[in-house]
Amino acid sequence: MIKMAVVNSQPLKFKVADYKEDIWNDWCVGCGDFGIIAAIQIALANLQTPPHQVAVLSGIGCSGKTPHYINAYGFHTLHGRVLPSATGAKIANHKMTVIAVGGDGDGYGIGAGYFLNTGRRNLDFTYIVYNNGVYGLTKGQSSPTLARGLKTKSMPEAAIQDGVNPIAVALGAGYTFIARGYALDPKHLAGLIQQAIEHRGTALLDVLQTCPTYNDLYTKEWYSGDAGQKRIYKLEETGYDPVVRDTSNLDEIVAKKSQALMKSYEWGARIPIGVYYQAHAPTYDDALMERTPALREKSLAEMQIDNRDVAPLFRALG
Amino acid sequence: MAHNTFDLTWMIGGPQGGGVNASAELLAKAFSRAGLSVFANIEYHSNIMGKHSYYRVRVSDDAVHSHVDHAHILVALDGETLFGDHHHNKEFPTHYGHVAEVVRGGAIIYNSTPDPSDEDLHAIKDAAMLREKIQRDDVLLYPLPFTDILKTALAKLGREKEFRALGIMNNTILVGASVALFGFDPARMEAIVRETFKGRRAALADLNVHVLETTYAYLRDNFPNHFEFKIKNGEPKLDQILIRGVQAAAIGKIQAGLGLQSYYPISPATDESVYLEEQQRKFNFVVVQAEDEIASINMAVAAAHMGVRASTSTSGPGFSLMPEGIGFASITEAPLVLVNYQRGGPSTGQPTRTEQGDLQQALHFGHGDFQHIVVAPGDPAETFYDMFHAFNWADRYQMPVIMLLDKFLASTYTTIQTPDTQNLKIDRGDIYTPADPQQNGYLRHAVTQSGISPRAIPGTEGAIFWTTTDEHNPKGHISEGVENRMAQSDKRFRKLELAEKEIPDDIKYTLYGPKKAAVTIIGWGSSKGAILDAVRALADDGLAANFLQLRVMRPFPTDAVEKILGKAKKIVSVECNYSAQLADLVQEKTCVRVARRVVKYDGRPFSQNEVVSGVLKALKGKGERVVIVTGQEHLNAAVKKTVKKSPAPKAKEKVR
Repeated sequence: MIKMAVVNSQPLKFKVADYKEDIWNDWCVGCGDFGIIAAIQIALANLQTPPHQVAVLSGIGCSGKTPHYINAYGFHTLHGRVLPSATGAKIANHKMTVIAVGGDGDGYGIGAGYFLNTGRRNLDFTYIVYNNGVYGLTKGQSSPTLARGLKTKSMPEAAIQDGVNPIAVALGAGYTFIARGYALDPKHLAGLIQQAIEHRGTALLDVLQTCPTYNDLYTKEWYSGDAGQKRIYKLEETGYDPVVRDTSNLDEIVAKKSQALMKSYEWGARIPIGVYYQAHAPTYDDALMERTPALREKSLAEMQIDNRDVAPLFRALG
Repeated sequence: MAHNTFDLTWMIGGPQGGGVNASAELLAKAFSRAGLSVFANIEYHSNIMGKHSYYRVRVSDDAVHSHVDHAHILVALDGETLFGDHHHNKEFPTHYGHVAEVVRGGAIIYNSTPDPSDEDLHAIKDAAMLREKIQRDDVLLYPLPFTDILKTALAKLGREKEFRALGIMNNTILVGASVALFGFDPARMEAIVRETFKGRRAALADLNVHVLETTYAYLRDNFPNHFEFKIKNGEPKLDQILIRGVQAAAIGKIQAGLGLQSYYPISPATDESVYLEEQQRKFNFVVVQAEDEIASINMAVAAAHMGVRASTSTSGPGFSLMPEGIGFASITEAPLVLVNYQRGGPSTGQPTRTEQGDLQQALHFGHGDFQHIVVAPGDPAETFYDMFHAFNWADRYQMPVIMLLDKFLASTYTTIQTPDTQNLKIDRGDIYTPADPQQNGYLRHAVTQSGISPRAIPGTEGAIFWTTTDEHNPKGHISEGVENRMAQSDKRFRKLELAEKEIPDDIKYTLYGPKKAAVTIIGWGSSKGAILDAVRALADDGLAANFLQLRVMRPFPTDAVEKILGKAKKIVSVECNYSAQLADLVQEKTCVRVARRVVKYDGRPFSQNEVVSGVLKALKGKGERVVIVTGQEHLNAAVKKTVKKSPAPKAKEKVR
């Protein structure tokens, strides 16, 4: 499914290094974020998308610093608002590759309303959530994905509310590409990001990410599993088929969503990563272009605006 | 000094959804097309069907900019319009009926064949009984059997059976009766009806014209022609249009090159976005209905960064959700235009009522020292032009521009000269284009002398940039450096200083009336019309007043205001809010004290009469706050004087 961009053994125009912005990175040593950003850069290099045709937007938190480390148009927006920002950016220039990133507190807590409604729209962009169960930048409070009863070393008390299941919510919200990756397997993650970018529609990629500083529960060791059996396994290696073949067939959609839902509750001895669900459905971009055919040629940002004649609008009034 | 030969007000009251809007707007359009000056405003509840709403249409052969508290014709679609809701809404009535507003010699038109569910009106057996109940022997009563007139009209066409389905024709009957009383040219009325029912609805045009004629005949046959208030039919003005504030705002945005409008439904702002939705295919822009106002503003800010002209429109409760996003635009230097249609606050407040209560919020919406521009146009023409300029300023100074409108301005129809778009030039500000696309090094937030950092449009090769809501360095990366923080703050504020120098004075403020006056009224926004008309009325009464309208609230024209008000003999502020927020702003920005404050905060706009009596009261006092309440001024002396006296007609009424 992954289309490699290597053609005719010619040297690639853009190398992974071309997607790096060379400034001081202040993430903690051993942070899972390094794996995610590397995966984004590998995916972009694989796709050979020119850096100036990429916009990376982020929320607030450790993950929010991602755009600063990527050589692409970068917008470090507000806490919880990265999805509406990405929506506005994509509608304004649908020719660009838009990637939104944020933490689980950003997306599933303060930004939960946007997480839900963005799924309804199915605009063509990618949303990567750095899911580590804690609010890192404010020093380790429980985040929306931390389960009831758990207590990390930074929490004075255990969590007394349930964690949200983002994949289950995404299925209900209508995301047409839902996947889960693991930050410490950047090669596999890069493949998922590449698929997410290539998917037409909104792609949710929930990434299990380790916070070595504040989350002493979901560590690299924990994810690695007990001796003998790895906790994390890849759905595609089990013959799992996430793709809806006939999007006009509601029974098939329900069946594929049901199996994804069941997989999303698999959390403990075994944790599946990979693509949970994918359907090729009409996008918001398609609807806009159908409504305004000029958008097929030009983005809103490119549209000529200094030639409008409003005289007929005035005449049509009383 | 007479300015006009007639100045008449027609008023209609009835249940929401019962035809109040349709008939008032038809009439307003007919008067406008006849070259007359029209001011038509509505009051309605936050309710879909059934609650009392009323519409006033003031018409004159000289410019009118406001409504008055009296009416020459009152059309009552139901009993509540006549008797109020105080007998079934005892504790907190919204009104006591509109009969007291009818002038001597005025007319009351009502349905003498009402639905039995309208108990109040159904109980009125004949005109004599109504006269007894309302205790007015100085007005003319026109009981019109809507049912019979419509049946007669349909019978002539052999369409009696459609009677129930065509109940909507009641509107045509009452409009017909009204224009007949006013002596308005029937040919013009017919032309408007035919224009309204075009295309697929053309068949309705003939029917409506027929109902009009049946109504004229009924009136001729059943009532003596005693009604003395006549409209003089003038000459059509080709450059005149009838427009509401929301339409002016929307068309201003289109003219300015709007690319993306985001919104979340909220009264009274929604109409603007709906109008834009109707036009988006034609002009190649996009309207997005967002999931809430926070999403709306973030969509707009990001779209603005991407190079499109982006805007969002909302009202108080939505505006209260947006400060975070305005701050985002301010620190990242995004050109954003935001419209706040003020309504009664705080919180949900009064969704369909008007207030000028968000001025201080618009100026001080969020945390930190931020840069933005605040503009408050006073009428639809200013709304159109200011909206156009707002986009230019947003682009040039790369900061949010807040447009403060309100429910009154949004929903009121006024006649204006068609705006002249010839000299409106789009200015996108300083745009960065790299000399060599292979050479990076562009600084989005470069520190410049003017404060303006040329902005690149994302997608441009060789112009990759970063920006962040954190304080940032010129390249757009997070910085907590001491000197950098100073340099970035200073450069952002230099843009505001530049805006202060460059925005023309004649947009920032206007002094109306004589330079020397016994009293200077200060006001802003939608109160402008009532103040303008009041200044004229006061002059007719021998009091020389002038009016300083403030329009650009930030950057505030401190020097000019101080100069004008420093010379003023007496200063009175007039505004629709509890605390006189403009008066406070003037005191904050200048050395001038504004003690005499006329305020109104019952959710209804100032009428001309209310401003007159408010100013007179304020001048008599020693600086007390004068509170105006709707419905309590129109019977006082100030108003009686402005209403033309006429002998009480001895009407011979047909008893039904």
